Amino acid sequence: MREAAVRAEARAGWAMTAPALTAIGLFFVVPAFASLILSFTDFDIYALADLNNLRFIGFENYRNLLGNPLFWRAMGNTLWFVVLGVPLIVGLSLAAALLVHARTLKWRAAWRVALFAPFVTTLVATAVVWNYLLHTRYGLINYGLSFLGIAPVDWLGNPRTALPAILLFVAWKSFGYNMIIFLASLQMVSKDLLDAARVDGAGPWMRFRHVVLPSIAPTVLLVAILTVAGMFQLFAEPYVMTQGGPAKSTVTVLYFMFEEGFKWWNLGSGAAVAFILFLCILAVTLVQLKLARRGGAI
Amino acid sequence: MWAMGAEAENLPALLASMPGAPKVAIQPLPWSAAHEKLLTSFAGDSLPDIGQVGNSWFAELTAIDAIEPVPAQYQHLVAGQFPAVVETNRIDGKLMGLPWYVDTRLQFVRSDLFERAGYAAPPETWGAWKEALHRVKSVAGPGNYAILLPINEFEHLTQMALSAGATMLNQDGTRGAFSAPEFREALAFYKSLYDEGLAPLASSSQISNVWNEFARGYFSVYPSGPWTIGDMKSRLPADLQDKWATAPFPGPHGPGSSTPGGSSLVVYKGAHDPAAAWALAAELIAPAAQAKLQALTGDLPPTRAVWGATGLNDDPITRAFGIQLDRARPLPKVPEWERIVTEMQAVADLTVRGQFSIDAAVREMDRRADRLLEKRRWMLERRA
Amino acid sequence: MRVLQRYGLTLLAALVALLVLAPLAWMVSVSFMSPGSAAQFPPPLWPEHPTLENYRTLFGTYGIGRYLFNSALVSTLATCLALLFTVPAGYAFAKLRFSGRDAVFQALVAALVVPGQIGMLPLFLELKAMGLVNSYAGALVPWLAGIFGIFLVRQFCLSIPTEMLEAARVDGASETMILRKIVLPTLRPILVTLALFVFLGSWNDFMWPLIVLADQDLYTLPVALAALSREHVQDNELMMAGSVVTVLPVLVLFLVLQRQYLDGLLAGSVKG
Repeated sequence: MREAAVRAEARAGWAMTAPALTAIGLFFVVPAFASLILSFTDFDIYALADLNNLRFIGFENYRNLLGNPLFWRAMGNTLWFVVLGVPLIVGLSLAAALLVHARTLKWRAAWRVALFAPFVTTLVATAVVWNYLLHTRYGLINYGLSFLGIAPVDWLGNPRTALPAILLFVAWKSFGYNMIIFLASLQMVSKDLLDAARVDGAGPWMRFRHVVLPSIAPTVLLVAILTVAGMFQLFAEPYVMTQGGPAKSTVTVLYFMFEEGFKWWNLGSGAAVAFILFLCILAVTLVQLKLARRGGAI
Repeated sequence: MWAMGAEAENLPALLASMPGAPKVAIQPLPWSAAHEKLLTSFAGDSLPDIGQVGNSWFAELTAIDAIEPVPAQYQHLVAGQFPAVVETNRIDGKLMGLPWYVDTRLQFVRSDLFERAGYAAPPETWGAWKEALHRVKSVAGPGNYAILLPINEFEHLTQMALSAGATMLNQDGTRGAFSAPEFREALAFYKSLYDEGLAPLASSSQISNVWNEFARGYFSVYPSGPWTIGDMKSRLPADLQDKWATAPFPGPHGPGSSTPGGSSLVVYKGAHDPAAAWALAAELIAPAAQAKLQALTGDLPPTRAVWGATGLNDDPITRAFGIQLDRARPLPKVPEWERIVTEMQAVADLTVRGQFSIDAAVREMDRRADRLLEKRRWMLERRA
Repeated sequence: MRVLQRYGLTLLAALVALLVLAPLAWMVSVSFMSPGSAAQFPPPLWPEHPTLENYRTLFGTYGIGRYLFNSALVSTLATCLALLFTVPAGYAFAKLRFSGRDAVFQALVAALVVPGQIGMLPLFLELKAMGLVNSYAGALVPWLAGIFGIFLVRQFCLSIPTEMLEAARVDGASETMILRKIVLPTLRPILVTLALFVFLGSWNDFMWPLIVLADQDLYTLPVALAALSREHVQDNELMMAGSVVTVLPVLVLFLVLQRQYLDGLLAGSVKG
């Protein structure tokens, strides 16, 4: 009786996970491995027409990529997004979370929803909106800046300002999600510790630094990791707003991969880019984890 | 049927004017995404029956075997069309599409400034032309230039290369030939226009409003195509309308060449009814339809005779296009061409900025072209 | 001073919210402006003569209704299928004992790090071989393979007392009956969160539909909007109307269900 029940349970377990696992296997695992294999071939438009035109070329794709100045430009741009974006987004979301979490705040739910709303919106639609917000002559942002006496900036036309402009948009769009994660974490901060600190006369900044921050440190790390991964995956923004320009200053790694794969039809090369992307995200994640472990955060 | 830009917008009207034309479902594509879309659809087996394609795409489309060659009974339709344009539709000697409209680039000039500098029309040889540009620049005043050559556009250097007689790739399109003396001459001339302060060192996105600048005299020569005629008429102020003209390009020792551009109609492999599709294509390029398209969109007809009928030969603005088209020379017809020419311009950009000498630049262009053509070489060797 | 202390932060929050929502408000406002009126300096904040013309052009000339339908269809199907696939799996990983369960789950967690785009190109070729390119099915495929959903459901299921399940087993209930009668009702809050998550995700998805859908008739809203924006860069008002049409359904959905969604997300992150 017991035996049969155990077997029935095991059978059910496999049956219930089978559809999902099959889908994951077929549509995620297989393509991921295929990507690796594809990156060792020179699959291009000739191969698309006739598979006999396919050749195994080993690391040739990787060698060509490393020698391609545009690839390095894409990597550089993506790294700028990471270096500038992660502190910005983490900082903004933490600030927003602290604001929404504050004791004396009224109508908390309303602000939570309002600040989260941009995250829910469709990226392409809001990218189009920001395209116009950033317009040199008719955009609201330059209009607002004109009140501060600042001359109109050609945000999306100047190679030096295009990347920060897109970053501003990305920050607006995504800080809400991280804010929620921080909110959850802030709720877990020990109230007793906070009260004790308050009794001891510690002001809000001291309380933040010595009680709150250590408590939420693992969350800060999590949000940082998620944001880094997000920065590496920026595609729709340059595609809609700048098409990689001006002067290739907003070509991200993913945009480069898309062009390589679907504009030039070098699927082999595109797969190599995808794989390098994966390795980068993995590397940065591992480094962050190691630094955190060393710093005693986790 | 897939069509792009203004042609897509006006197709319904065009079809309506053709009695007995079949019902056509038209899907418009933006030019910027059309090329991508065609290839993705090819991969997904979802190409239409008949479509408009840029005539520089033939090499690719033939390489992947996506289009049908023109049936024998329609081949006579291209007689009387500009030969260079027809040539772009021919791959390995086979005619793969029917030219629908043509365009090319030439100079749009501020005729008033040229007159003030002492020229009724721009000279036809490079030496004299450059001298004229210097004079026009001084007439235009300080802070201005003579000609707009956006540094990110490869069309200007390729036009000069063709005028100099350069082939840019070797005979069978397997290696770069940028080191040939003709191309060197063209590259040196191109660079000198920037070095001598005749062209501003700017990309197309940095010139916020071309029309304002042209009207201002910031530059007096604007290389462009027939689509600009309408823009000039609508965007330039009224008092400037008699102060601009068109002229063919100069060459090193006489009139220069340009690239034969335009779009053609092709029938895709896998079309439901190829015979009907070709019949439709043939109808669309009948002289009457060509004239109608010209009236609707301003596109230039591929058949010489239609130019006379529609008055294009009489209008001095468009007559220059006809002259330039007669002098057009085709570009290399390899699928990798667009990539090669993008790399060429990237190196040219750096050369103008002083990071490459002419020698080093042409060697680098050859190196990059050779790398891009490696697969083609391998395939041709295999076939041999 | 007291008043400032009491309402200071609320005022700040209001200001911040205003700044954050300003782009969306402006989007709606411009969509009602007559064509060409937004392109002036200083940029107008409110339409002088509000008009529905942009919306009429969108639905009439550009047939945005078709793309709206496509998005709704694909998102609804994706949500239903995703729930169908992930809920049993998540429950099974939490509560059912079968060999290899933990090993497989660890592998799934590790796979969370891998970006989805890595397999995009081969997936395209794979679907081409299956004949699913340029079809609704092709657009749905990535949502069946969602690992995050399994994770979320499993987290939630862990808190179900096993005794309750054992009691049901003793009473003779089959595993599927247990899933349907006992587990599913308790899962309701997380189901809403997950459904909303998948619906939002698939509605907003851009890169994959861009690659897999070739026929204009099948375009989802983001892809159609991107194509429109390349053609009509000058037409602010039209594009804003297009953005409103794209954003409004999910925004409304979110506002209606925001309590469940945010609570679920909060709960998920705490345990995560």
